[in-house]
Amino acid sequence: MPANPQLNANGELQHLLSIEGLPREILTQILDTAESFAGVTEREVKKVPLMRGKSVFNLFFEASTRTRTTFEIAAKRLSADVINLNVSVSSQTKGESLLDTVANLSAMQADVFVVRHASSGAPYLIARHVKPHEHVINAGDGRHAHPTQGLLDLYTIRHYKKDFSRLTVAIVGDVLHSRVARSLIHGLTTLGVPEVRVIGPQTLMPAGVEALGVRVFHDMRAGLKDCDVVVMLRLQNERMNGPLLPSAQEFFKNYGLTADKLALAKPDAIVMHPGPMNRGVEIDSPVADGPHSVILPQVTFGIAVRMAVMSIVAGN
Amino acid sequence: MTLLIKGGRIVDPASGRDEVGDVFISDGRISDKKEKADQTIDAKGLVVAPGLIDLSARLREPGYEYKATLESEMDAAVAGGVTSLACPPDTDPPLDEPGLVDMLRRRAKALARARVYPIGALTVKLAGERLTEMSELAEAGCVAFSQANVPIADTQVLWRALQYAATFGFPVWLRVEDRWLAGDGVAHDGEVATRLGLAGIPAFAETIALGTALQLVRATGTRVHFCRLSTAAGVELIRAAKKEGLPVSCDVGIHHVHLSELDLGYYDSHCRLEPPLRSQRDREALAAGLADGTVDCAVSDHTPVDENQKQLPFAEAEPGATGLELLLPLILKWGVQRKLPLAKTLARVTCDAARVLGVQSGRIEPGARADLVLFDPQQTWRVVPAALKSQGKNTPFLGYELAGRVRTTIVAGSVVYQQA
Repeated sequence: MPANPQLNANGELQHLLSIEGLPREILTQILDTAESFAGVTEREVKKVPLMRGKSVFNLFFEASTRTRTTFEIAAKRLSADVINLNVSVSSQTKGESLLDTVANLSAMQADVFVVRHASSGAPYLIARHVKPHEHVINAGDGRHAHPTQGLLDLYTIRHYKKDFSRLTVAIVGDVLHSRVARSLIHGLTTLGVPEVRVIGPQTLMPAGVEALGVRVFHDMRAGLKDCDVVVMLRLQNERMNGPLLPSAQEFFKNYGLTADKLALAKPDAIVMHPGPMNRGVEIDSPVADGPHSVILPQVTFGIAVRMAVMSIVAGN
Repeated sequence: MTLLIKGGRIVDPASGRDEVGDVFISDGRISDKKEKADQTIDAKGLVVAPGLIDLSARLREPGYEYKATLESEMDAAVAGGVTSLACPPDTDPPLDEPGLVDMLRRRAKALARARVYPIGALTVKLAGERLTEMSELAEAGCVAFSQANVPIADTQVLWRALQYAATFGFPVWLRVEDRWLAGDGVAHDGEVATRLGLAGIPAFAETIALGTALQLVRATGTRVHFCRLSTAAGVELIRAAKKEGLPVSCDVGIHHVHLSELDLGYYDSHCRLEPPLRSQRDREALAAGLADGTVDCAVSDHTPVDENQKQLPFAEAEPGATGLELLLPLILKWGVQRKLPLAKTLARVTCDAARVLGVQSGRIEPGARADLVLFDPQQTWRVVPAALKSQGKNTPFLGYELAGRVRTTIVAGSVVYQQA
């Protein structure tokens, strides 16, 4: 196996491509840095000059409004210049290759590339070809990883639960196609969470998922029992009727989070969701809007976490 | 024209002969006469073996000349010690018409390097719907019929194609994979694919299709050669089928003998192969099956791909690896690992392959075709693009140091390659 492509010769974060393979110290450094930025977003002047004069290119080969916007806000609060490129509708349709697109942008003096791509591993390919002073942040690649989402989930859990070492965390739904689930699982196991559960039907579980260090449950009620944290995953529309699932209704019946099922978790359990939510498919509205839900704070924390990641890689 | 190869270590896998001696060649054939030769090659310190017979090498003509040309790949073949090769029909257009086959054979013959044996398409355009004119194609020079990497999904068509081929005694070569189970998969369905977030191809995509094909062999009596087995369970099915006496044989791609899913590393697109690299257990079963003869031969599955098609995210990269020049060192590496005598190691790429192909090559005895390779089994070399004659530089072994370098290749008694 070649050296970890995310780290530079000093073992510092050069690119953020996946949470897998990152040492605990780096994860903690990111979370601590994010905490120091949390105050910034509440100030009247929501800016720090850490990345003044630096250029952040948001390079989205797959459509996304929410993630791109949070990266944009984070970069602007660090005083960086932000360029948004929706590549899925420009160069790619003209037949330009991924690496040619990157080489062209690199010639425009980029410092940080924030990349989203529908193919797993695309940010690794880009990271192998950028110049030494350029940094790549994975904003979601295929089913593989969404590390900043994983980090903001970790941040949220730490914010509400303080200590990772006593937690039971359940991740519910379409684990097979979820980059969010993979990133969060790696983060939780690295930070020492003793029990990580995944809950869903066999059709939505990837082969050998146990090897990631999780317990698999097909019965949601059994899986939720005594959990401290419940993370609901988004179910894509196109997967609701077909060979994987018969219908959204039946999915909700078995794996939708209702108040009734949530009552099996610990009384102070928190409910998370990476968004956008399908109300009535994976989560019932009263739960999404209820006292256990920390779904909106997740979004707020996401900005501080992305500021932390960008400032750390840009400083290394 | 006579040629004397003097003082080499003669290794003839067919007879098990392994001794130092001379080989005399007259009129393109090995002779037991001892006359004064027109030309003498000093083979001291070299192994003199039958030229390699590779059952799967894509020459990319017609249709894919930007990936490779007949010239470049025939140079690669003889530089790799390959003196006979079978080329699969997945050219563009596919080898489904006698005219195309005829042209390919003429072009290959004019180059006067390795012998080329075209495998005809089993169905028109490899679409899995209409049978090709197999008799016409056989007359044009096709030695077998195949679907390359495009399995026939409709079992009615597969059944009829096997029946029809059996009628005329034509062998059928199949790479078995259930198309629906393979889906859009690009890697072995297991822990590595799960970690990397790649769509998986389960092992039973191979064994289910293999089970179906074996039932059809039982029903039709067709001689079927199964190409590129990739799973331990597949090897087991073949072992049982052979024990039962079914007329089947099989091969494995040389990459699958040495590599597993773990070699994907961080999305190394050179490891994007068809079938996918599977688990270490599968790799071990393939390497062991090749040793005990359940797997008849190893092939390069040579597939030159241009660099642009590999510089892509893993799932989008074009599958395949260059292999003609790596077959010899990689089979030697396998033989050393399994502690096999050299004659047995080489059998899997010479006389055993000749048997599957149904040709009179792959042995060193009086009267046999003088297709030979002279190589130094100890000489190591680094696999770098500049060291490869093939236009395809795409191999998972880039940067590796391998032992076994070809010095001289002889086809029909003429030297067609001499190491510079």
